[in-house]
Amino acid sequence: MILLSLIGVFFFGGLLAWMSEIVDTRLPRWVAMLSMLVSSGLVFRLIFVLDSSGGELLGWVDEFKGPWIPSLGIEFFFAADGLTVLMLGLTILLGAVAIASAWDEIKERVGFFYFNLLWTLAGVVGVFTALDLFLFFFFWEVMLIPMYFIIAIWGHENRRYAATKFFIFTQVTGMMMLVSLLCIVYFHSLQFGIFSFNYNDLLRVDIPRSFDLWIMLGFFTAFATKLPSVPFHAWLPDAHSQAPTAGSVLLAGVLLKTGAYGLIRFTIPLFPEATAVFAPVAMTLAVISILYCAKVALAQTDIKRLIAYTSVSHMGFVLLGIYAWNELGLQGAIMTMLAHGLSAAALFMLAGGLQHRIHTRDMREMSGFWILAPKMAVVALFFSVAALGLPGLGNFVGEFLALLGAFSVSIPAAAIAAFGVIFASVYSLWVMQSVFQGPQLKQETKDSPHETLLDLDRRELFFYGVMMIGLLWMGLYPQTFLDLSSGVVEGLVMSDGAAVLYAGEFLK
Amino acid sequence: MSAPDVIPVAISGSDLLALAPHLALSITIVLVMLLIGIKRVYAISSAVSVLGLGVSAALAIIQLYQSLPNEVPQQITPLFRIDLFSLFFVVIICCAAFSLSIFAFYYFMRLNDDRDEYQLLLLLATLGGVTLATSVHFIGALIGLEMMSMALYGMLAYPVHSNENSGASLESAFKYLILSAVASATMLFGIGLLYAETGLLTVIGVGALVSDLSALVGISLLFIFAGMAFKLSLVPFHLWTPDVYEGGPMPASAFLATVGKVAVAAFMLRLIMHTNALSVPSVNFAIYSVAIVSVLLGNLLALRQLSLKRLLAYSSIAHMGYLLIAILSFSVEDDGSISSETGMAIDAVVFYLLAYVVMSLGAFGCASLVSSSEHESDSIADYTGLFWRSPWLALILTSMLLSLAGIPLTGGFISKFLVFFAAVEASQWVLLLVLVIGSGIGLYYYLRVIFQMLQSPSKLEAMELSRSNWGARGAVLMLFLVTVGTFILGVYPEPMLNLVEKIALSL
Repeated sequence: MILLSLIGVFFFGGLLAWMSEIVDTRLPRWVAMLSMLVSSGLVFRLIFVLDSSGGELLGWVDEFKGPWIPSLGIEFFFAADGLTVLMLGLTILLGAVAIASAWDEIKERVGFFYFNLLWTLAGVVGVFTALDLFLFFFFWEVMLIPMYFIIAIWGHENRRYAATKFFIFTQVTGMMMLVSLLCIVYFHSLQFGIFSFNYNDLLRVDIPRSFDLWIMLGFFTAFATKLPSVPFHAWLPDAHSQAPTAGSVLLAGVLLKTGAYGLIRFTIPLFPEATAVFAPVAMTLAVISILYCAKVALAQTDIKRLIAYTSVSHMGFVLLGIYAWNELGLQGAIMTMLAHGLSAAALFMLAGGLQHRIHTRDMREMSGFWILAPKMAVVALFFSVAALGLPGLGNFVGEFLALLGAFSVSIPAAAIAAFGVIFASVYSLWVMQSVFQGPQLKQETKDSPHETLLDLDRRELFFYGVMMIGLLWMGLYPQTFLDLSSGVVEGLVMSDGAAVLYAGEFLK
Repeated sequence: MSAPDVIPVAISGSDLLALAPHLALSITIVLVMLLIGIKRVYAISSAVSVLGLGVSAALAIIQLYQSLPNEVPQQITPLFRIDLFSLFFVVIICCAAFSLSIFAFYYFMRLNDDRDEYQLLLLLATLGGVTLATSVHFIGALIGLEMMSMALYGMLAYPVHSNENSGASLESAFKYLILSAVASATMLFGIGLLYAETGLLTVIGVGALVSDLSALVGISLLFIFAGMAFKLSLVPFHLWTPDVYEGGPMPASAFLATVGKVAVAAFMLRLIMHTNALSVPSVNFAIYSVAIVSVLLGNLLALRQLSLKRLLAYSSIAHMGYLLIAILSFSVEDDGSISSETGMAIDAVVFYLLAYVVMSLGAFGCASLVSSSEHESDSIADYTGLFWRSPWLALILTSMLLSLAGIPLTGGFISKFLVFFAAVEASQWVLLLVLVIGSGIGLYYYLRVIFQMLQSPSKLEAMELSRSNWGARGAVLMLFLVTVGTFILGVYPEPMLNLVEKIALSL
């Protein structure tokens, strides 16, 4: 019931936030923050439940089942395991961060904004917890609509293009997933005589070899678009740069992770044979994503687009770790998801903060901000070095493990991907230098706020502080997080799928 | 040629009871005609029409529920057959006409001209639709089809926009009149050929003969299909659709888009089920290509439309294409007959039609609420900032457009899901690809309208929606019910799926 009430909190919190606008326009953000507090309480309870259930492999805690459309074998089936709990924790932390970043930025139609924000989170929680594939698909699609509204209403100058592109990319690939999903269900009904969308039932389906690569590709396309991986990444720079700060934070921090989650939870366990065939391709795509998008990032002048491209590059490590499909690789992928969630969210929040203050995202108009806003500069430096993978911070652990995992299956892939870390240093430091160091720009127009750049206030510092602690924790004592996911990862690696993967000895 | 089964032509009392919705409609028509003859009072003639439609809808619903537990199909003269299938469509048609007549009442309220006949024509067209949906005989179908089309000419030509472009509705009606007559003639030719070859005019008997008959049967079925494809505005018989939708008054276009489509589709479904048409290669190929072209072209042409009605017209072309995809996924047995026991395809078609009617009603209902006979809000630019001017109306229109786009939470999603399911079961991979591409293109233009509504309005004037008068209140209430219906279909479709399953079995 915890999971259900978690979705309920966001669902009703959203409605309440919208309605509270009538009383006072400052009320919705408090309502939203309160829902985050309540939901974080629920997640902590979930962690206790998980702890007390012991380290069963692939064990589900807090299962909830209820009938929905029995004639098609569709039911409400929510459950959580260690991976879910980690993802939920990230979602809620970044949800709070998103609300904090919208605190002063959103001044129009405030109630509706927080309504959309909370409903996006409700959709994301649904995606992370649904184990009926129809239900999963339902949430997968539903979470797009409030996100579309966030970009289309509160976005920047080119929002129509960005919002539509975002929606169409995700929806069309979602439909490909739907076709694949229905294929498995159909094979299930052929083999077992009944329709079922239940994850555990579908794991048992034996898919004919001639089909399974195609069916797997439907899932892969949907998840690789959300992740995103080259060549499905074109929507991301637009969506990120046009979205309001809170939207970018949610997109980079949480929505991208649903793609990786889908790959780990569904694509590989459901199609082990096809994955074994496809893994070299996926790893190649991952390597291309890492290097190509790092290179493209260097060519950007729009600071949000730059961070967006680095996101794609970092998510490449996730893809690499996942398709290595061994304990190290998977743990690395999960750690990268968490760490990148925090660091990218913080960087987007910084970029959004800059834009809010100086009304441009163009880096050519930024220089020498260190003197004007020293606190902001320090925070930016921290998250930049986190993103470039400085040992002692979470991203290093994640990317190192992912590379280590990949190394054991494909030395070339790991070796080439490792260059991504060098690129990361280049672009991170380049941004730091061009924005915060260098000469101060001369005042060009009279309303240019360059000389009065406001430094971070206490509310912002608090949230950056929380994210810093998170990254330091992940970097210095990752065991806390590795323990939570180890049960799941071991279960995945020891499943039939892994046996197939290793029997193939692909790429060696 | 075997002689057709002899069916008694006489009508018994129980037959009349089974025809209760038809009779209620006919009585209302006579009543309204008399009332108009005595004195033109818009409120009274409209109230009687709405009441008559409500009564026939209620009668049909009662009949449907009575025959749900143990269905006894009733053959009334060779022309009509009252079974679960036809009753279900009678219910849809009557309910749709009921809400359309309420929308029309509001729309024509400020027309400074004779307004009463619109409701009369609407009743006539509804009777035609009901007749078409219940007939199992080509003559009955033709009578129904013509009755509906004739009344629709009048509805489309209704003198509106009294000052600006009063010619538009006339132009639209003429286009429809001429092309529709050609289509009817084509269909009639097909029927004639079929009769010449089989000696049958009943739909049900023909099936057994089709598979082992000459090429003439295939040709005749093609002609009949072409006639119906015109009414369903499938490519390449779609050219009239955008012009007619755009020119006619909003409620008439809405009628054409909902009742006009669903009645024809119901008959076509019966025809395809009983004539084994899908097992005739030429017919199958024709339907196959028409489906693909309709989905792609309908969606592509909708992309850059500036008028909401034209946009909805092109999107309806695409939607009828989706419907054909489900029809092509019927499981055809070796002997050419279609099995209604297995598979999801028939359920998908029936559910799709239901959802399509509901969401089109919603979309057109919203549009006709912000329009009146004096000024139509047809350009998409008219909807700029609707979200901030009339949030509820905009929310409803948004959910209807999302439903048409097939986004979850709405009935449109479940219906599209069923079509996907049916196509997967039938391994129609090409059609699935077309479905995905078409839906992807479709998203763009639906989102375009939604985005327009989300923008800040240029001038902050509230939609002049006089809430005080009860015509508007009725229309708003109807719109609310339609929206609730869309969401129920999308969130809790189980009861309707069970009903649809029974209906598919009765076919």
